[in-house]
Amino acid sequence: MFEILEKRSLNPTVTLMRINAPRVAAKAEPGQFIILRTDSESERIPLTIADYDRSGGSVTIIFQIVGATTEKLNHMNEGECLCDFVGPLGRATETDGLEKVAVVGGGVGCAIAYPVVKKLRELGCEVHAVAGFRNSELVILEDEFRAVSSKFILMSDDGSAGEKGLVTDALKKLIDSGEKYDRVITIGPLIMMKFVCQLTKQYDIPTVASMNPIMIDGTGMCGGCRLTVGGETKFACVDGPEFDGHLIDFDEAMARGAMYRDFERRAHEDTCSLFRKEVN
Amino acid sequence: MPDMSPKRNEMPVQEPDVRNKNFSEVALGYTEEQAINEAKRCLGCKNKPCTGACPVQIDIPAFIAEVAQGNFAEAYKIITKASSLPAVCGRVCPQENQCESKCVRGIKDEPVAIGRIERFVADWHNAQPDAAVEKPEPNGHKAAVIGSGPSGLACAGDLAKKGYDVTVFEALHVAGGVLSYGIPEFRLPKSIVQKEIDGLKALGVKLETNTVVGKTISIDELMNEEGFESVFIGSGAGLPRFMNIPGENLSGVYSANEFLTRINLMKAYKPDGTTPVKAGKKAVIVGGGNVAMDAARCAKRLGADVTVVYRRTEKELPARAEEVEHAMEEGIAFRFLTNPVKITSDENGWVKGVVCEQMELSEPDASGRARAVPVPDSNSEIAADCVIMSIGTSPNPLIKSTTDGLNTQKWGGIIADENGLTSRKGVYAGGDAVTGAATVILAMGAGKKAAAAMDEYMQGK
Repeated sequence: MFEILEKRSLNPTVTLMRINAPRVAAKAEPGQFIILRTDSESERIPLTIADYDRSGGSVTIIFQIVGATTEKLNHMNEGECLCDFVGPLGRATETDGLEKVAVVGGGVGCAIAYPVVKKLRELGCEVHAVAGFRNSELVILEDEFRAVSSKFILMSDDGSAGEKGLVTDALKKLIDSGEKYDRVITIGPLIMMKFVCQLTKQYDIPTVASMNPIMIDGTGMCGGCRLTVGGETKFACVDGPEFDGHLIDFDEAMARGAMYRDFERRAHEDTCSLFRKEVN
Repeated sequence: MPDMSPKRNEMPVQEPDVRNKNFSEVALGYTEEQAINEAKRCLGCKNKPCTGACPVQIDIPAFIAEVAQGNFAEAYKIITKASSLPAVCGRVCPQENQCESKCVRGIKDEPVAIGRIERFVADWHNAQPDAAVEKPEPNGHKAAVIGSGPSGLACAGDLAKKGYDVTVFEALHVAGGVLSYGIPEFRLPKSIVQKEIDGLKALGVKLETNTVVGKTISIDELMNEEGFESVFIGSGAGLPRFMNIPGENLSGVYSANEFLTRINLMKAYKPDGTTPVKAGKKAVIVGGGNVAMDAARCAKRLGADVTVVYRRTEKELPARAEEVEHAMEEGIAFRFLTNPVKITSDENGWVKGVVCEQMELSEPDASGRARAVPVPDSNSEIAADCVIMSIGTSPNPLIKSTTDGLNTQKWGGIIADENGLTSRKGVYAGGDAVTGAATVILAMGAGKKAAAAMDEYMQGK
């Protein structure tokens, strides 16, 4: 079974879990994702793999509590088992031939950016990491980033952590100061990735964005995760999740991402009140 | 003497206006008396034209003769000599194109309702207390089955009965393949699928869900590292096709696969379901096959006003006549000779309508099928807030792309000989993964054939 081996709160809304899943751990690569169900009535949710331990047979996931299922997941504890855990799905981050890369993460997306930075560094690549958060309370993995990146820039919207400003401000400054990147890799909220891609387009720097659309099976069966990339329909689950950021139709992706927002909000509220009742 | 009444015994069904608001089974099945009466209409032809038209050659006159005598247990034994999934096939087989199409009674009158009798026998059997299953003596050989749909289940069952140590690998969290994610509850209750799977488990078949072969593990690893001597690929045809028309990625546009998976696999139709689905107020279903009918009838049950658009005429609809009839009774509208060219959007990126062109049929071509050609300047828009594309599926490329030396057709189907052997030694394939989207019974037949060939292969090693 998929036992929760370790649970750690990274900030008030972001949790790390290490899950026992030997078959997934044996194959996992940075950039790939898993799909889990907490219990037999649960929906299927995709989460990007944050880390893996091949010999120990465990996979680390980091999730933000945004809906009913992540709320339920956050209420589970070490020693309990997830009902389902399948992967690794999607394609791994392409790292061949890269020498100097900027990795730009935002919010919980930094959880996925981190293993990419780590892998690139292991391959001998120079990596500049830019991580942006709303405020100091929400900062995650700061020490980890500092430890593995060649240069690390922390940004926050209100200036309570690192520099005040957006990740695009920091990236622009780096580029303008003469840093020459082979590639920019960006992982975070769609709106942030859209603006990162707009910026790098001006400088003609190849850019990859990691997409996390709504999906069900994760194997190419439903097509719910489809995106328009360069005028062609792609399935994030099997063709991605990473795509050429200059070709992604972000506006369409944002509209599709909001398809069930009313349902999700209601389900999350219902789940929260259920947990409150249990406490009382 | 056979009962020569020209009409078949009607099967009780839920009233259309009741059933189009619930997900309970539509057709309620024969009573014992009805089954016996229908069985008595069989002439017991010596040359058995019905059996010849059955993809798995069930001895139909023999089992019907037993039903006529009230020997239901004996009838079940005869059916299961040839078929692994009688409760499923009795419900979803296109009998009107197979066994019943060759029934001699059908020349003058209505053919014997073979499918309904088969279903009765299987349901009767399933209602009896479970007989203790005798686990076959293990023969020391290990086989893997990829996919737990009709072909995989049939293959696994036949191998297990011969004493093989069989593991079925399933990508999703429940077994059954299209029987679980595709065919809706009202046409095939999931308890029936579960019963079949429990039966296999009782025979000793192991089931590993959450395992995507091609991702979690490869066929080569199964054979070289995990000791499986032979592998059957029954991964189906799960990749949805789209029309590649503008607007297909708008919010509110589904593939039939996604729409049905949300409903059947994820139980989105239940009030406490955790997976959402939006059939909208006005749903347009594009396509005319059984899957399109399933999607249309699900959308109706979720409260939408439903229109099916199909580019040819009613006569060419690929769906079973019974499904079309049921859909029409349930209040689903059809627009024939209508072909979408564009899906339009509201200001939030949500579907607003489907622009369609009018079609007309040309003279039948060499294949005998009339081609649909557009009428110039005939566009009109159908209002819709949900569009479900149901224009077919193709085999998933995951296994092909991760298995060296596995040859496939250009369109993705795995190339296999008549016994299911692929271009790889010890690797067999069958069902939709080989043929492209077809029927449950053909997939089941392919699984059984491959099981026999795998048995021969492993015994000869």
